[in-house]
Amino acid sequence: MTIPGGSTIRLGNIDLKFSREIKRIAGTDFHTCLQCRSCSSGCPFSDYMDYMPNGVMRLVQLGLKTEALGCNTIWICVGCHTCSIQCPMAIDIAAVMDSLRETALAEHADVPEPDILNFHREVLNSIERYGRTHKLEIMLRYKLKTFDLLSDLNVGVRMLAKRKLDLTPSRVEGIGDVKRLFQE
Amino acid sequence: MPDKEPLDFSYFPGCSLATTAKENNQSLIECCRKLGINLIELPDWNCCGSSSAHGINQRLAFDLASRNLALAPPGRPLVAACPSCTLKLKHAQHRLHHDASARDRYRQLWGRPFDPDLRIRHFFGPLAEADLGRALSVNGHVRIDLAFAPYYGCMLNRPYELRAGTNYYGILEKTLAGIGLRPVHWGYGSQCCGTFLTVARPDIVTPKVNAIMQGAAESGAECIVTACAMCHMNLEVRCTLKQPVPIFHFSEILSLAFGTPNHNEWFSRHLIDPRPLLKSKGLC
Repeated sequence: MTIPGGSTIRLGNIDLKFSREIKRIAGTDFHTCLQCRSCSSGCPFSDYMDYMPNGVMRLVQLGLKTEALGCNTIWICVGCHTCSIQCPMAIDIAAVMDSLRETALAEHADVPEPDILNFHREVLNSIERYGRTHKLEIMLRYKLKTFDLLSDLNVGVRMLAKRKLDLTPSRVEGIGDVKRLFQE
Repeated sequence: MPDKEPLDFSYFPGCSLATTAKENNQSLIECCRKLGINLIELPDWNCCGSSSAHGINQRLAFDLASRNLALAPPGRPLVAACPSCTLKLKHAQHRLHHDASARDRYRQLWGRPFDPDLRIRHFFGPLAEADLGRALSVNGHVRIDLAFAPYYGCMLNRPYELRAGTNYYGILEKTLAGIGLRPVHWGYGSQCCGTFLTVARPDIVTPKVNAIMQGAAESGAECIVTACAMCHMNLEVRCTLKQPVPIFHFSEILSLAFGTPNHNEWFSRHLIDPRPLLKSKGLC
């Protein structure tokens, strides 16, 4: 059996428990997917995905856990909801992507886009420290973590020159409230 | 407006408007005042959770957004100018309306019950209800003769559960036509800017941004007008075209029409300087 835009799959790997679990977390029924590909036609970033959004719908329908949790699609997806509003079956495709991303982390699946995950983690670290995002620090820490200090240097310099990057963070006074949320 | 009491709103600026897009924030507060909309900053607001919490930790995304809802004083709608913050706040509120366990968690975290009457709105809501024509005649008005590409980004794509309610498609065209601008027809008005991919995958975002910027120029637009600080930044930062069209925050253009004296402070913060264009039109 083949997945539209994807590779041949082995039916022996089917895990319907996984399929039910993603359906529960996402709160949307992807079993109604017709494979019409409206989602993939509308997605601005589908050129960069290993499985197109409709392919991911097929993966979760069939419970192909390893493929669904390991594809780069769930990391490239920015949640712009273009797919969700174009779906004729009203499947909230973006919510499926959110659920897969979170499940991939919980299950320690391989992350094919580690830089994107690093960025998300630095944003959350900044929120934990200040209650708000401090963009300059996020960028510097991200660059250090990915051993990539030089690319985008010109962008950083232009943004500093235009006072777009504040040197000091904007802070929440009740930071204890915010830190508590991170301790769970 | 002199004979009408201004309407009070709690205001959630969000991280972008508070930092990288200060010019958006300042011009928004200024033009709202002229429109009889009084924005009162939500005391001690925190990040709405942004795409990052929403993307990898939904429990945290809900909790971060819910703290802001708990800070909102009763009886006053909560307005956000950032489309993404608006969605994140509304998403948390939607869960609170429909999920008893979310309400329990809210009460346990913030020591008070969830206020089901709190109204969360994007700035477009009060704008659509304001009497722009009247505000212009009371405050005086500079006519802005520019062809513009209205850029909504992904803000009009609401997730399934938030589909109910008004859709503000066309509000940029309608409002700005009232002060002299001419909208062009183009194909990129609701194309996503790439948001956070700009950091980790600029190789994806740059061609997208260039296509949007090129599309605006080819459609005869002299500038792009956005209603999202994130879109504004991505278009400016990632565009590699030789002669990019300038980009304005919607609020800057409205303030300019009201004859603001502060525009230089805002426009000097743009990476693509819009002042040569405005000078050529005698607008600054």
